[in-house]
Amino acid sequence: MGEIILTMKGIDKSFPGVHALKKVNLEIRKGEVCALMGENGAGKSTLMKVLTGIYSKDAGEIVFEGRTVAFTNPKEAQDAGIAIVHQELNMMQQLTVAQNIFIGREFMKGKFIDDRKMNEESKKLFERLNIDIDPAEIMSSLTIGKQQMCEIARAISKDVKLIVFDEPTAALTETEIEELFKIIRDLRKKELGIIYISHRMDEIKVITDRVTVMRDGEYAGTLITKSCTKDDIINRMVGRTIYETPKEKSNIPDHAPVVLKVENLNAGKMVQNVSFALRKGEILGFSGLMGAGRTETARALFGADKKISGDIYINGQKAIINSPQDAIKAGIGYLSEDRKRFGLVLDKTIVENTSMSSLEKFTKGLFIDRKKEEKTAKEYIDQLKTKTPTAHTQVASLSGGNQQKVVIAKWLAKDCDILIFDEPTRGIDVGAKNEIYHLMNELAKQGKSIIMISSEMTEILRMSDRIIVMCEGRKTGEFLIEEASQEIIMHAATLRN
Amino acid sequence: MKNNKIRKLFKNPVVKAIGTQKLIAFLALISLYVIFGMINPAFRTYSTLVNIFDASYYIGLMAIGVTFAITSDGIDLSIGTVLTCSALVSGCLVTKYNVPIAFGLIICILIGALFGLLNGLMISYMKLPPFIATLGSMMLSKGLGSIFTKAQSITWPQATAEQGWFRCIFKINQNDILIPTGFILLMIMAVLASVLLNKTRPGRYILALGSNSEAARLSGVNVAKWKTLAYVISGTMAGIAGLAYASIYSTILPGGGGGFELDAIAGVVIGGTSMSGGYGTISGTLIGVFIMSILKTGLPFIGLQTHYQQAATGIVLVFAVFMDVLNRRKKN
Repeated sequence: MGEIILTMKGIDKSFPGVHALKKVNLEIRKGEVCALMGENGAGKSTLMKVLTGIYSKDAGEIVFEGRTVAFTNPKEAQDAGIAIVHQELNMMQQLTVAQNIFIGREFMKGKFIDDRKMNEESKKLFERLNIDIDPAEIMSSLTIGKQQMCEIARAISKDVKLIVFDEPTAALTETEIEELFKIIRDLRKKELGIIYISHRMDEIKVITDRVTVMRDGEYAGTLITKSCTKDDIINRMVGRTIYETPKEKSNIPDHAPVVLKVENLNAGKMVQNVSFALRKGEILGFSGLMGAGRTETARALFGADKKISGDIYINGQKAIINSPQDAIKAGIGYLSEDRKRFGLVLDKTIVENTSMSSLEKFTKGLFIDRKKEEKTAKEYIDQLKTKTPTAHTQVASLSGGNQQKVVIAKWLAKDCDILIFDEPTRGIDVGAKNEIYHLMNELAKQGKSIIMISSEMTEILRMSDRIIVMCEGRKTGEFLIEEASQEIIMHAATLRN
Repeated sequence: MKNNKIRKLFKNPVVKAIGTQKLIAFLALISLYVIFGMINPAFRTYSTLVNIFDASYYIGLMAIGVTFAITSDGIDLSIGTVLTCSALVSGCLVTKYNVPIAFGLIICILIGALFGLLNGLMISYMKLPPFIATLGSMMLSKGLGSIFTKAQSITWPQATAEQGWFRCIFKINQNDILIPTGFILLMIMAVLASVLLNKTRPGRYILALGSNSEAARLSGVNVAKWKTLAYVISGTMAGIAGLAYASIYSTILPGGGGGFELDAIAGVVIGGTSMSGGYGTISGTLIGVFIMSILKTGLPFIGLQTHYQQAATGIVLVFAVFMDVLNRRKKN
């Protein structure tokens, strides 16, 4: 193995309220592929953003090619020879391949752009990488896999020494993945340092030499890929101490009626044959890694996105749900992971947001009964302990936790019996988190049934009566809380076909 | 010192409730009237006031309607030519096909409503961008109006004619008695529109979906239906504006009306309605419209030709919105 090209030592980074990186170490050698693994929110992307100068570090040292560096923007990192191939492609779809590769540093002939030269240079580049792409082709006509190869070519063309792949295979087909691996092996032979971020355990085993694991913003060790097992890696990823006690046993009696049954739900690539049941008063946790298809399942169930097939039964009756209106009529409420975009009308007041789904209850003849509307909103403010100066405050000015309470109030005002909480505490600080948990337990006790999608393992283990695990659009596990553990869940969450 | 006072004024709760831009527009309206009146006393007469009113009816009615389309985060470019098309077709039916005037009035409004419905369906169900959909119906209505009248201009019955009573809806001018009835009608329509926008479910939904249509949809609001309604209101008001135009300016030229919509939209924007949807007031729209008709009527009184009005309106428009942008920037 080659000499060390990058050392990150004791990297520390805090955001208001979050200690994102705690003295993290990372070492990359020339001619090796090093995997960077960890659960959602373990700090992988933050670390990469510190490396490439998008974030500044609070403490620690970065040594690149024997030189201490502190990039202040991505351009500096690029100029030094560090490139990132992002999960989302950054291509200009209407330009040609060559125009994309040389964007910002076009070859010129006098005052004019020299497209022919750019095409020739691109061709040379592709030959070097053994890629078969026509440089004059319009970007949008290429498959996602080919576009990604263009992105790699763009990185290489800048005389890169270290290349970071951020979940590169998420959108690729099997054959495309094979081709990508061929290129990566090629780059390894050319003595580049390669960081490979992925959740896919079997890919890690195939393509990487070492695995560095992160957990809750901390460095959790480095393993040699050849001499470790999948379980070794998982144990490092989840080997945290849980400060909050997980739920020990489900409070739901066996005879509790099933309020919602979903059978063979299909909706695009991200929801494949998903079946499950939800009992009255139950909190059903949905666990999985990013992109497992949990939100997509919830949206298809709620009628927000089109489904291809699948049956939904509410209280034993078959329900036809083709739109959110249908779902709400059937008594389902959906609390989106992105409250600001999908949950609330931000520049309207608490009162207006609370009554949004149930306005028909507050109409007297042609007119809205403002008094009744305000009274109901105030009742929920008291009941949910929403902190706000008045009921007529714009929800945009509330904190995350209080905004979430307004969304809850909206569905309670509509008398929804089934609530889907998608990442209920995302962007909510610790104190308010506990309040939301308390509220959810309270609602379950009152007989509401809750589906809770969460990427936080502690949240899943603390709140759920039963846990469903998804991976790449399929259900890969279902556990009672009594039998669930971090290891078991993470194992199911990385079960690929 | 003076700056501080202004800043304090912006923070005054009453000012906040009315909206800075609307307040500025209102002050501009009053000052314009006072300034014109000071320069030329003839401007202060009753008959000039009626002239100002006369110039505001058709733009005002259109502007009230298009406030709904803009508030729903859209735009309606077709209202100007829909006005002409409604007035041409129904006027042609009355004068050439002996349709009773009462039916003519109803048909005029119906044509507007139909174009509004067409716009609404194209935007809500065919998912066309509002700009494109209404640009299409703008050209369509312009063409259809001319085709129906065989490119002839239409003159609605004069006030003295048997069928001329309809002109009383907008102006009574008999035996030296001059009553701007159109002003009363405009006010009634404004109050109705304001109530609809602020006190009823359709209004609430239009405001909500204009602000965040996806959040409204996921709350169970039938976004397509209420958005369509916004355009039906816009079209219907353009039809009524067609009547106002026919009553005040006897002759309707085929192919005319292009550009009226921009005057109406300018009025809406001067009045403080947000072009990105979710916020709008009818009172603001009226203020904006009256600013334009004062300019139009008043500039000749100080020796400037009518076409100065266009330039002046442009300046007022940019200035009013800029003040709002400044104020918003300070807040952030």
